[in-house]
Amino acid sequence: MEYEMVIGMEIHVELGTKTKIFCSCPTKFGQEENTHTCPVCLGMPGVLPVLNEKVVEYATRAGLALNCEIAHFSKMDRKNYFYPDLPKAYQTSQFDLPICTGGVVEIEVDGVKKDIGITRIHIEEDAGKLLHESADGTLVDVNRCGVPLVEIVTEPDLRSAEEARTFAEKVRNIMEYTGVSDCKMQEGSMRFDVNISMREKGVTVLGTRTEMKNLNSFRALIRAVQYESKRQIIELKKGHEIVQETRKWDDTKGVSSSLRSKEEAQDYRYFPEPDLVPIVIEKEYIEKIKRELPELPEAKKQRYIDEYKLPEYDAGVLTATGVTARFFEEAVLLYDEPKQISNWIMVEIPPLLKEKEITMENIPIAPVQLAELLKLVKENVINGTSGKEVLKEMFNTGKNPGEIVKEKGLAQMSDTAELEAIIEKIVADNPKSVEDIGTGNEKAYGFLTGKVMKETKGKANPQVANKIIREVVAKHLG
Amino acid sequence: MELSKKTIHEINDLLDKKEVTVTEVTQSVVNRIDAVENSTAAYLSLQTEEALIAARAVDEKLRERKRRTPLEGIPYGLKDNMCTQGILTTCASKMLYNFNPPYNAHVYDRLIDEGGILLGKTNMDEFAMGSSTENSAYKITHNPWDLNKVPGGSSGGSAVAVAADTAFYTLGSDTGGSIRQPASFCGVVGMKPTYGLVSRYGLVAFASSLDQIGPLTKDVEDCALVLNAIIGHDAKDSTSLKLEKKDYTQNLKQGVKGLKIGVAQAFFGEGLQPEVRKSLEEAIEVYKALGAEIVDVSFQHLDYALSAYYMISSAEASSNLARYDGIRYGYRAEEYDGLVDLYKKTRSQGFGDEVKRRIMLGTYALSSGYYDAYYKKAMQVRTLIKEDFEQVFGGCDVLLTPTAPTTAFGIGEKTSNPLEMYLTDIYTVPVNIAGIPGISIPSGLDNSGMPIGMQLLGPILSEENLLKVAWAFENEKGLKNLKAPLETEV
Repeated sequence: MEYEMVIGMEIHVELGTKTKIFCSCPTKFGQEENTHTCPVCLGMPGVLPVLNEKVVEYATRAGLALNCEIAHFSKMDRKNYFYPDLPKAYQTSQFDLPICTGGVVEIEVDGVKKDIGITRIHIEEDAGKLLHESADGTLVDVNRCGVPLVEIVTEPDLRSAEEARTFAEKVRNIMEYTGVSDCKMQEGSMRFDVNISMREKGVTVLGTRTEMKNLNSFRALIRAVQYESKRQIIELKKGHEIVQETRKWDDTKGVSSSLRSKEEAQDYRYFPEPDLVPIVIEKEYIEKIKRELPELPEAKKQRYIDEYKLPEYDAGVLTATGVTARFFEEAVLLYDEPKQISNWIMVEIPPLLKEKEITMENIPIAPVQLAELLKLVKENVINGTSGKEVLKEMFNTGKNPGEIVKEKGLAQMSDTAELEAIIEKIVADNPKSVEDIGTGNEKAYGFLTGKVMKETKGKANPQVANKIIREVVAKHLG
Repeated sequence: MELSKKTIHEINDLLDKKEVTVTEVTQSVVNRIDAVENSTAAYLSLQTEEALIAARAVDEKLRERKRRTPLEGIPYGLKDNMCTQGILTTCASKMLYNFNPPYNAHVYDRLIDEGGILLGKTNMDEFAMGSSTENSAYKITHNPWDLNKVPGGSSGGSAVAVAADTAFYTLGSDTGGSIRQPASFCGVVGMKPTYGLVSRYGLVAFASSLDQIGPLTKDVEDCALVLNAIIGHDAKDSTSLKLEKKDYTQNLKQGVKGLKIGVAQAFFGEGLQPEVRKSLEEAIEVYKALGAEIVDVSFQHLDYALSAYYMISSAEASSNLARYDGIRYGYRAEEYDGLVDLYKKTRSQGFGDEVKRRIMLGTYALSSGYYDAYYKKAMQVRTLIKEDFEQVFGGCDVLLTPTAPTTAFGIGEKTSNPLEMYLTDIYTVPVNIAGIPGISIPSGLDNSGMPIGMQLLGPILSEENLLKVAWAFENEKGLKNLKAPLETEV
C-alpha cells in the first residue's frame, strides 16, 4: 500500500519591532536575563497593555506579502494557561477574528509549481524562556515576554518534507524581505509547528494527525517530518491506529516521543481581551501598506534576469535572501557590471564568510568597498589574483581596497621602463629559453612570463609583460 | 463644628480665606481617626504621620502662592486595590499581604498632582468581590450608623471613612455596585462614572470590562470636585475615553425644571424594603415639585442582568487572578512539593472562599463545552441590556431607582448564603453591564435610623446631568447635614 503524507504548518515569526507588543521594553535579543522587563510585561497587579501600533503594521505587511485578506475588524483574546514562562497566566493572542485570513504562497519543488494555502495569520505575544542548565534548577528569563509574534497557519496542503522546507524557506524569505522579521533561526525569531498525518494514496479524507511544536531549524523541520511520517507508516502497517497527540521532537537523538494526548490537551478558555479595544483597519491604511511593500523575491529574481541580464541561476542565488540582494543592488548602483559583481558575491565572498563563520547579515565589507575593488581590477590597477588577496584583507581589516593596494604595493607595474629593465635581466639570465624560442618552442614564453611575475611579485600586468618579453627576445635573437 | 466634619467645598472656603491651615484641617481628621477608627475599622493601613508632614509642606507652599486646585491640601483615602508606590496594596487579600507596588495607579498620580493628602488605604472585600466588606482577609468594617451592621461593599472602608468623617473623600471601585451600594448603606454620595471615563491603570483588576473607579463624598458638590480631578484620557489604559477635561461644578445648581425622570417597575419589584420604596416615592414627589416630569419606562431583559453579571465578572476574574501564583510577589505557601504543588497550595491558602468561588464559577463558564451556554449567552444578554437602556433613555433623561433593595443588614447575616448576598446588587449591576454612569445619594432614613440610598442613572457620559439632578434633591431635602450618630457610640 502506498501512503501519502499530509502536512499543515504553523510558523511563528517574531516581529522586528523595536519595542514589545504591549509596553515600551526593547525586544533586543541576547541581553542579560530579566533586564528588559517592566510591570506591564511582568503582568504585575493592576497594569494594562497598550497595543504597539507597529505590530498591526507589521502583521498587515506580512498578510499582504502572503496574499491574505486583511480584516477590517479583528480583536485580541486571552488564551489562559499556567506556565512559569507566562507571568500573567494568559497569553494575549487572537482567537476567532484574526487580522489576516485566506492567503496563498506558491512554491516550486523539482520543477513543479504548487499553491500552499494560508488559513490565517494572527498576532500574539511571545512567552519567556526557561533556562534548564542552571545549577539552581530551572530558571526563567522573561525578557522575551511580550515580544510580538505573528503565527502563520497553513492549510494541510504540503505533501513532503521537501515541500515543507521549501515553503518554510519561502515564508522566511518573504518575511525578511518585507522587514517583518529578521528571521534569525538561531535566535528563535522563527519557529515551526508541524501537523502530520498519513493516508492511502487516492483517499481524500484526512488521517489522524500528530503535532510537533517548536522546531527551530530547517534541518529539524525536515528530519522531524521524515521521522514522524515513517513512524506513522510503520504504525499503520502494523494495523495500529495513529493517536492524536502532541509529540516532542528531540533533535539530538533524531526521534519524536509522545508529549500529551488529545485528552490531556489544555482547555485554553479563550475569551475576548477586555483590556484592549478591537483592531479596526481602514481600507486606506491597507492600501498605504500595500504601496510601501518592497519588491518580493520572485519579482526581484525576474527583474535581475531582465534588467541586469543575469543568468537565472545567478538571479536565484542573489535573491535568495534580502541581505544578499540589497548588497548586490547597492554594489551595482556604484559599479555597473552586474555579472562581475554577481561572480564575486557567488564565488569569492562565500568562502571568506565561511572562514569567519558568519553570514551575509554580518558581512564586514560594504557594497561600496566591493565596487571599488572591482573598479581597480577593471582599470588594471591590480590583476584578478591580487584582487582576491585584497578582498581577503578587506574582510580581515575592514580597510578600503585602495588603501590595501597601496600598503601592500600590489598595484600592477604600468611603468614599462622599470618592467623592461627587469625583463632584460631575466632574458639575459635565461639564454636557454631564448634559444628554445629560436627553435620554435613557444612554451618558453610562458616560462619567462612566470619568471617576470615572480620577480614582480605578481604586480606586472601579464599582457604588458608578454609584449615586452617578445620584443626583448626578438632583439636577443637578432 | 469640627473641621473633619465639613465638606471639601466648605473647607475650600476656609482655606481660601486663610481662616484655617491645611495642617489644622489634616490634624482634625487625624484626631477623628484616633477617636473612631477603632470602632469603624475603615482603614487597612494609615499614613497619618506622612499626611501631617505633607500638610505642613502644603502650608509652606501656600505662604508663597494661592491654592492651585480645590483638592490641594485635602486629606483623602484610597481603596486598597489602587496601587500606591511604596505603600502596601493588598486588595484585602492574604495573597498580596506584602505587595508593595513599584508604580502608582493613574488616579493616585492625579491626586498627587492635585496636591491631595493621602491618609491611608481603605478596607474592602477581597479583590473587590463581595457586598459587605466581610470578605476582607484582615478585618470587619463597621457601619457608623450602627456598628453591628455592615457598611456594604466592596468599597465598604471607603464609604465608612467618608460617613465617619475620617476622610473628606475617598475613591472606590465599582464592578457591580461596589461604590454605590456601600454609599447607600452609609448615607454618603457615591458615583460610578461611565466606563472609560477614569483610567483603570493601577487598579488591581477584578473584572476588567466592568471595573470603574469613582468618588465617595459627603455631598454632591464634593462628588463633582473629585470627579473633575480624576477623569481624563490616559495613554496607559486603552479603554480610557479620549475626552476633553470638564468642570462638573459648572452647571451643578441649574435645577431640574423640564427634565424627564424615568421610573421603571422593574426596579421596584419583590424584595424591596417598604421604607426604601416609600422614601423613593417621596423623592419622586420632590422632583415633581421642583419641576421635573416623571415618566414611566420599561425594560425587557433586566431579569437576566444579575446572572449575566456573575458569569462575565467571574469569567474575567478567573483570568485576572490566575497571575497570583506565589512566584514573583505576594504570598507563597511555606511548604510545597514542586511547581504545581506550589501553585496549588499558594492559591488554596492565599485566596478566601468568595474569591475561590468566583474563580471556579468563571473557569467553568469559560470551559470548552460550557462557553456557549454561559459566557457567550451572558455576553448576548449584555448587548440586550445595553439596548434596553438605550431605548429607556430615548424616553427620559435620568432613571430613578433604589440603590439596593434594603438598607444595611447585620454583620454575619448573609455570609452563609452567597446567593442572598448577590441579590443585594440587583439594582446596581445592570449599570456596569451597560457601561453607563450611576450615582447613589441618601434619600432618607428607615425606621431603625439607617440611611436609604437613591440611585440616579443616565446614558453614557451623562455625569453632568446626574450630578445636577442629584444636587437638586440634596439641596431641597437638606440631607447632607445628616450625620452618622457615631459620637454617642464612642
